[in-house]
Amino acid sequence: MSFDTPVHAGRMSQPNTTPRLEPQLRQVTAGADDRLELSGPWILRALEERLADLSRQLAEYARDANRHWDLTGVTRLDHAGAMLLWRAWGGQRAAHLTLRPEHEALFSGLSVHRQRLPGPARDWREPLVVLGEQVVGFRDHVLQFVRLVGQIVIDGSRLLRHPGEAPAREISAGIYRAGAQALAITALVGFLVGIVLSYLSAQQLKTFGADIFIINLLGVSIIRELGPVLAAMLVAGRSGSSMTAQLGVMRVTEELDAMTVMGIPHTTRLILPKVISLAISMPLVVAWTCTVALIGGMIAAQWELGIPYSLFLQRLPEAVPIANLWLGLGKSVVFGLLIALIACHFGLRIEPNTESLGSGTTDSVVTAITMVIIVDAAFAVMFSDVGTF
Amino acid sequence: MSEDVAAKRCLIEVNNLWTRFGDHIVHKDVSLSVDRGEVLSLVGGSGSGKTTLLRQMMGLETPSAGEVKVFGVSLQHSDADEVQRIRNRWGVLFQQGALFSALTVYDNIALPLRELGTVDEDLIRELVLLKLQMVGIEGAHGAKMPSDLSGGMVKRVALARALALEPELLFLDEPTAGLDPDRSESFVSLIEDLRRELELTVVMVTHDLDTLISLSNRVAVLCDQHIVAIGPLAEVVKNSHRFICNFFQGERGKRALTAVHEALVR
Repeated sequence: MSFDTPVHAGRMSQPNTTPRLEPQLRQVTAGADDRLELSGPWILRALEERLADLSRQLAEYARDANRHWDLTGVTRLDHAGAMLLWRAWGGQRAAHLTLRPEHEALFSGLSVHRQRLPGPARDWREPLVVLGEQVVGFRDHVLQFVRLVGQIVIDGSRLLRHPGEAPAREISAGIYRAGAQALAITALVGFLVGIVLSYLSAQQLKTFGADIFIINLLGVSIIRELGPVLAAMLVAGRSGSSMTAQLGVMRVTEELDAMTVMGIPHTTRLILPKVISLAISMPLVVAWTCTVALIGGMIAAQWELGIPYSLFLQRLPEAVPIANLWLGLGKSVVFGLLIALIACHFGLRIEPNTESLGSGTTDSVVTAITMVIIVDAAFAVMFSDVGTF
Repeated sequence: MSEDVAAKRCLIEVNNLWTRFGDHIVHKDVSLSVDRGEVLSLVGGSGSGKTTLLRQMMGLETPSAGEVKVFGVSLQHSDADEVQRIRNRWGVLFQQGALFSALTVYDNIALPLRELGTVDEDLIRELVLLKLQMVGIEGAHGAKMPSDLSGGMVKRVALARALALEPELLFLDEPTAGLDPDRSESFVSLIEDLRRELELTVVMVTHDLDTLISLSNRVAVLCDQHIVAIGPLAEVVKNSHRFICNFFQGERGKRALTAVHEALVR
């Protein structure tokens, strides 16, 4: 019986690669002598493709404990090959074995007892433990967040007393990144939402002959609700994630530790500027988004209902009490503070590994957007009688 | 002796290699070859392009001109499949270890084996434990994350991972950087033992004179965009080039060389 496989002709024809020989095994029966001859390279690269097949064949042959294993024909042997044989022999040396002296060391290394990996412990209390960990983890989050806010209040009040120490350059850079660079995307989204909202409302209002109320509808909904929330979501996705990732990478590369040993507190240098710059740029971005959304709405209203721009602009201040604008801008300051604080909170919790960086950034954005909506709902309830007729 | 035999002996061939970064020329017409079974050390000042040359040999960077052949396969002019096939024949130990921080020690070493797709989990476990044992790490550490390991252990695990696919060729980038003298001593002897046992060919970049002296058969000195000297250490040391004199004949170099000399005499 023979398992000789011809050398692949295709591989041989390529002059650049060394010809690949296959590992071979051959049973030789001469009288009472029953030998198994192994030859060729028994290395991982050569074995790889036939591993399952070979290991089954070897196990088959190894059943006969008296079989003579002749490995003198093996040209090359590595740990994978040796381990394959070793496993077939049931974790011990075959009783009758001939092999090249240079391969002896490979097998002697295998006989040393290897420590088992500690298996994952199964425990019926596990769900309870997981739940407990989550509760404790949530408490940690809250405590750390409160501590962060407290530290920022302390640092902020210190800066109020010594305005010269304010990290002005960081703040202006933050306003540029979170504000100026976000103008294009917020304008695009705002404009499209304005058009869509105006178009859909116009169709309904037309049936009631209440065309002129499109101005009230758009004005209040965009300035009071949609503008701030839309801009906050975009900024949370854009700036919040980058803040978390930046702090996280600084943790991974030990830059945060470097700042600590230099006596530069993270909160003053890194976090406070982010919080202040987002609190400043957020209302500006919101004002911009609202403006562009209203322009979009105005265009669609003219197009669908024939309301001229001049009439739209003239009616807008009458239809929307100014309190709505202040409410929208006030909310956006709070959103800015929240997004920056949440982003920094998650950024500082990131552990020095890549997985934590990824999940931390995701958690940060998801939490920030959720919190924006929750706080928005709270505002709606608290100020329900403000800015209405 | 025919050319064919010479090509078989020669694992890495660097032919007329140029590297430019903008206007800055790093390598000017560099040629070099590494024979099967030898340990070649690349030496040179900071910024002399040792690591760049090493990365070009691994195919991580492409030279501006010239060719790098590994196992007779040109990294620049061969199709992706062929280069992919030889990639499994070398292992790399990065300077910082480059362990996957999201995976445990065990999974880090098992990853290249699992990636083959043909090795069953049982054999993978045996092989991973064997590799861990080879680099002197207890199996119990297998469940740890790389961030929980000390610098020396990270290097050992990274070496075990580099050896996972039973490579013929091993690239070492600053193998002993960041290890204390005791650790680097034992790490050097570990590499030496493994090299002898597994018949590895090693290309290494190092600043550490002790590592250089105790491991390498041949030394290539990179300086002023060229290889200014290449050969056995004893010959290179005699070279009168300015950099070589400073490197080997400086206070630190002399001390290391004398120590070796004394050890040899004894």
